[in-house]
Amino acid sequence: MKRLSTIGIVMLVFALVAAACGSGGTTTTAAPGTTGASSEPLMVAMVSPSAINDLAFSQSMYDALVAVQNEMGGESAMKIAYSDNLFVVDDAAAAIRDYANEGYDLVIAHGSQFGSSLEEIAPDYPDTTFAWGTAGDTFGQPNIFAYEAASEEGGYVEGVMAAALSTSGVLGVIGPVEVGDAKRYVDGFKAGAEAQNSAIDVKVNYTGSFSDVALAATAANTEIAAGADVLTGSAQMVTGAVGVAKDDGVPWFGTQADQTSLAPSIVVASQVYHWEVVIKQIIDLMNQGTMGGESFVINLSNGGEVIAYNPDYALPDAVKTLAEDPIKGISDGSINPPRPAG
Amino acid sequence: MSEFFSAAALVTTIGAGIRYATSYLYAALGETFGQRSGVLNLGVDGIMLLGAFGAYYVVLKSGNLWLALLVAAIVGLLMGLAMAFVSVTLQAEQGISGIGFYLFGLGMSDLLFQKLVGTPLPISGFPEIHFPWLSDIPVVGELLFSHSLLVYGAFLLVPIATYVLNRTTIGLKIRSAGENPAAVDTLGVSVARVRYGTVMFGSMLAGIGGAALATELGIFQQNLTAGQGFIAVALVYFGAWRPVGVMYGALLYGLVTSIVSQLKTLGIIPRSVSDLASMLPALITILALVIAVQRERQPAALTKPYQRGG
Repeated sequence: MKRLSTIGIVMLVFALVAAACGSGGTTTTAAPGTTGASSEPLMVAMVSPSAINDLAFSQSMYDALVAVQNEMGGESAMKIAYSDNLFVVDDAAAAIRDYANEGYDLVIAHGSQFGSSLEEIAPDYPDTTFAWGTAGDTFGQPNIFAYEAASEEGGYVEGVMAAALSTSGVLGVIGPVEVGDAKRYVDGFKAGAEAQNSAIDVKVNYTGSFSDVALAATAANTEIAAGADVLTGSAQMVTGAVGVAKDDGVPWFGTQADQTSLAPSIVVASQVYHWEVVIKQIIDLMNQGTMGGESFVINLSNGGEVIAYNPDYALPDAVKTLAEDPIKGISDGSINPPRPAG
Repeated sequence: MSEFFSAAALVTTIGAGIRYATSYLYAALGETFGQRSGVLNLGVDGIMLLGAFGAYYVVLKSGNLWLALLVAAIVGLLMGLAMAFVSVTLQAEQGISGIGFYLFGLGMSDLLFQKLVGTPLPISGFPEIHFPWLSDIPVVGELLFSHSLLVYGAFLLVPIATYVLNRTTIGLKIRSAGENPAAVDTLGVSVARVRYGTVMFGSMLAGIGGAALATELGIFQQNLTAGQGFIAVALVYFGAWRPVGVMYGALLYGLVTSIVSQLKTLGIIPRSVSDLASMLPALITILALVIAVQRERQPAALTKPYQRGG
C-alpha cells in the first residue's frame, strides 16, 4: 500500500504545480538588471490579488502602469512586471520580496491586505521604493508610499443618477464585505441617492465574498425581487450581478474599472480609477530623491476618478446634467460625501 | 418582516434558490453514483471548473449551447477516466488524489481562461422556457415553470437516478461494488469496470454542473465555483447516498442561501451580523450532516480500493 499512497502524493504534487501555474500569473517584460541603452529604464513591479484583466481593482492599476509607460516613451523608459492572482498574502509577500531582490526601483503591492507584509519587507530594502493601497498609512517608513481612492465621490455622483433613473424608488447595491474601498463607494452611492431623492430606499447586500459570483447573482435577484430597478456593486464578483441585471433589463452602475463590456445594453456609467495620477507623482518624487513617506488620494478633482459613460446607453440628458452639479460641488467642496472616519 | 412575505419577493427568492441549487444537484447526483460504488471523488469542484470553462469557451466562440454542454460532458468524462485510473487501477488514497484533481482543475481552468480569453466577457445561456398555460399560473407558474432547460434537467435526473440505482441490474452491481466488492467479483462482475463507469459518469455530471453554472451566470472567472463541488460531496452524505435525499439537501442549501440573501437585502438581517449570516447555509448543512450521518450508514467499501484476494 505504501507505493499506492506515493502515487497519490505524486498526483498531488502535479496538481499543485498546475494550480500554481494557473493562479499566479507572472510576467516580466524584460529581464531585470540587463543594461541596455545609456539610461536604464525605470523598473516597476506590481503584485495584485486578482487578475490584471478583472475589469475591477487589479485592472485599474495595471492599466495605469501601461498608460504611464506609454507617456514616458514605452519599454525603453519604463519596464513593467507583474504577478497577479496572488490572493494568498504569503505568496504575495514572497513576490514582493523577489521583485525587491531583483532590483526593481518601484514595487507596488496593490491590495490593502498586503500592508503588514510590506511593513516587514520594506526596511530590508532601503534602496527600493514600495507603494501600497488602498490605504493611507506609510507606517512612518521612508520608502513606503500609500495610495487610496475617494471612491465615495464617484459613488455619490452615480447615486444621484441612479435615484433619478429609478421609478420604483428602490435601488439595489451588492457589496463584498463592509470594509475599505467597497464600503466607501457604497456609502457614497447611498448618500448621493438620498440627496437626489430623500424618499429613496437603498437596499444594501454585502454577500460576504469578493469572489463568489453565484452568490452575487443571487443577491441581485433578491434585490430586484425587493423592487430595485437600478443596481450597482463593487468588487470582482459583481460580474454575476451584472449578468442578472442584463437578463432583467435593469440599469447598472459600475466602479473601479469601465464595466461597459460586461453588458453594453444596461451599464449606464462606471467610476473609473486613473491611478496614473498617483504613479506619476511617485515617479516624480523618486526622481527628486524622495523614496516614500507620503500618501495620495485619487478623486474627482485631481482626475484620478472619472465617470465613464457607456455611449450605447440612452441616458436622458436631464439625468446626465444632474451628475454635473455634484461633480462640481464635490470638487469645490460645497458637497461632502461621507468620508471614512480617521 | 411583512416585506419578505410579499408574494413577489417570496416567489423570486424561492426561484433563485432553485436555480442556485441546480449546479450542486448535478454534481452531487454524479458523486452519489461514485460513492455508491465505493469511490469518493473529492475532485468534483475542479472537474466542475474545467466543465464550466469548457462550456463558457465554446459558447463564447460559437454561441452553440448544446455543443458547450457536450464539451463540458466530455471534459468531465476524461477527468473521470483519469480519476478512476488513479483511484481504481492504481488504488491511490482517494482523499489525497481527489484534492489533487481539485487543485489541477482550479489551476488549469484559470490558466486556460487567462491564455485563451483574458478579460471576463459575457455569454448568453439557455433561455427560460415558457410553458404555454402552465407558466402563466400565478405564483406556481413563476416558481416551477419559468426556469431554463438545465434546471429541469437536473431535477429530472433525480427519479432516473433513483430508478437506475434501485431497480436495474446496473444499479445492483453499483450498490454491491460499494457494499461487498468481493461478492460482486465472485459473481464474475468486474468491480473495476463498475467503478470506472460510475466515476466517469459522475464526473460527466460534474462537468455538466459546471456548464450549468457558467451558462446561468453568463460569465467565467477564476474559481467560478467557489467551492460548490465540496458542498456537493457533503450533500451526498447529507442525502444518505439516495438521489432524493441529495435533492432535498441541494434544495435546502439553495433556499437557505437565497433566503439569507433576501433577508440581508431587506435589512431584516442587520449588517452588523451580515458576515455571520453568510455562514448560515454551510452551518445548517453541517448540522444536518451530523444528524444524518448518525442515522445512516455509508457504503461499506467507500474509499476502500478493491484488491482481489486482499
